[in-house]
Amino acid sequence: MSKTASLGRSEVQKEIAMNNGVAQSVTRTQPLWLLAEVTYRCPLHCAFCYNPTDYDKHTQNELTTEQWINALREARKLGALQLGISGGEPLLRDDIEEIVVEAKKLGYYSNLITSGVGLTEKRIQAFKEGGLDHIQLSMHDITEEINNFITNTRTFELKKKVAAMIKSHGYPMVLNVVIHRYNIGHVKEILEMAEALGADYVELANTQYYGWSLINRSQLMPTMEQLQAAEKVTNEFREKHGNKMKIFFVVPDYYAERPKKCMNGWGEVFMIVTANGDVLPCHSARVLPNMQFPNVKGDSLSYAWSESDAFNKYRGDAWMKDPCRTCDEKEKDLGGCRCQAFMLTGDAEIADPVCTKSPYRHLIVEAIEEAKNPVIASQPIIFRNDKNSRALMEGEFADRVKPFHALP
Amino acid sequence: MSIQLSQVFAIAPHHRFQWEEAQECFVILFPEGMVKLNQGAGEILSLVNGQHSVQQIIDALKAKFPGADDIDGDILAMLELALSKGWLSEVAQ
Ligand code: SF4
Ligand code: SF4
Repeated sequence: MSKTASLGRSEVQKEIAMNNGVAQSVTRTQPLWLLAEVTYRCPLHCAFCYNPTDYDKHTQNELTTEQWINALREARKLGALQLGISGGEPLLRDDIEEIVVEAKKLGYYSNLITSGVGLTEKRIQAFKEGGLDHIQLSMHDITEEINNFITNTRTFELKKKVAAMIKSHGYPMVLNVVIHRYNIGHVKEILEMAEALGADYVELANTQYYGWSLINRSQLMPTMEQLQAAEKVTNEFREKHGNKMKIFFVVPDYYAERPKKCMNGWGEVFMIVTANGDVLPCHSARVLPNMQFPNVKGDSLSYAWSESDAFNKYRGDAWMKDPCRTCDEKEKDLGGCRCQAFMLTGDAEIADPVCTKSPYRHLIVEAIEEAKNPVIASQPIIFRNDKNSRALMEGEFADRVKPFHALP
Repeated sequence: MSIQLSQVFAIAPHHRFQWEEAQECFVILFPEGMVKLNQGAGEILSLVNGQHSVQQIIDALKAKFPGADDIDGDILAMLELALSKGWLSEVAQ
């Protein structure tokens, strides 16, 4: 046996969480995480939802239970170990129980990512018995008024009940709170509330601008001052309350100088299967031009991961052009997010414009300025719902889509 | 913190320890990710079951690997590291 005290290599360790639980890691071309976006249907209407705005076209052709179970089996054979079940609201499907049982049988560590709507005592008991390992609850805000405003439904009271239910079934209480202009001033209340609920982990995840949150960007983006104040409050809370509740504060990339290493690198550890069976390296990859994505209805996951053009296109760094190609930091962030680069600049192969070395950094600076402009910022929020999704597909809200190079 | 030979540990709640065929190693799984364990760590943690004391684990490993001398310190160091990472929890006696 080995004679060192090292415990092996950390494969996917959370330093910061982003995009629904995506974490930093060492690269490795074997899918370790399977993210199952089992449905795009959702009873909530969050303005910051990162789902595609055209999701409505994927609500009638969802995969069947058998197709999901088959996908779980195939991904497991490829090496996937972590399963994230998300959406939309996954609980709108009545077969999550079966999926959980199969996940356990296959040896996955399974995570359910839910807004809590639709979680009943009966269902959580079935999940527990079926072997679900973990539940992540998204909590939109603690101020009921703001919560109802931003999610457009009365769900806050319910969240409190759900949090208690999760605790009582022995699950760690993991709260994810998306931060935006309307709740960033309430970070202290959010943290107090989380503590009162017995949260073990709290993720204060600043909005990332994809999907619905991109078309609502000017309405949602906080100012630098608000962000700094929120960080200060978070640090003070940590000092005062110690480390019992772990708090992750995820800084928004627009206010950073370097982009995030999106999805830990394209086709490195994450494989996403969407409600209709598309297999994607990144949640929003379908915005990219001239790309055909595999679909589990016709392709094997092994083909999708190893052979498909889509997964190979931005793997590694051979696709890069300057400034990334010759950049000495390229292994740190792999040039950032391809979708963000394309949506904002029209060029999918250019540096993520968040990077201060990008020739397009001014687009980020302008977006920050625009969000401060009271006229623009007071435009109505476009809430995520089926009607707005159809309207967007039919070309309405053109002025809100125009700045971007595809429908977000 | 220093581990006592009489202490008994289990894999911490919300963590799963298992053999991974695809990776050919033991792994620890938890909500935010996973860690691949090297062979030594895997051997040790597979004996951590909420029943064996640290002393019993050391004795068992010595019996299994008679050629490896002086492994007590290594085993203790690994257990301490695993404890500090939050992968183990102590079982009250
Ligand atoms: S962000 Fe809101 S609207 Fe979007 S899937 Fe989650 S709960 Fe539903
Ligand atoms: S230039 Fe490209 S590789 Fe270099 S730091 Fe910026 S985004 Fe990353």
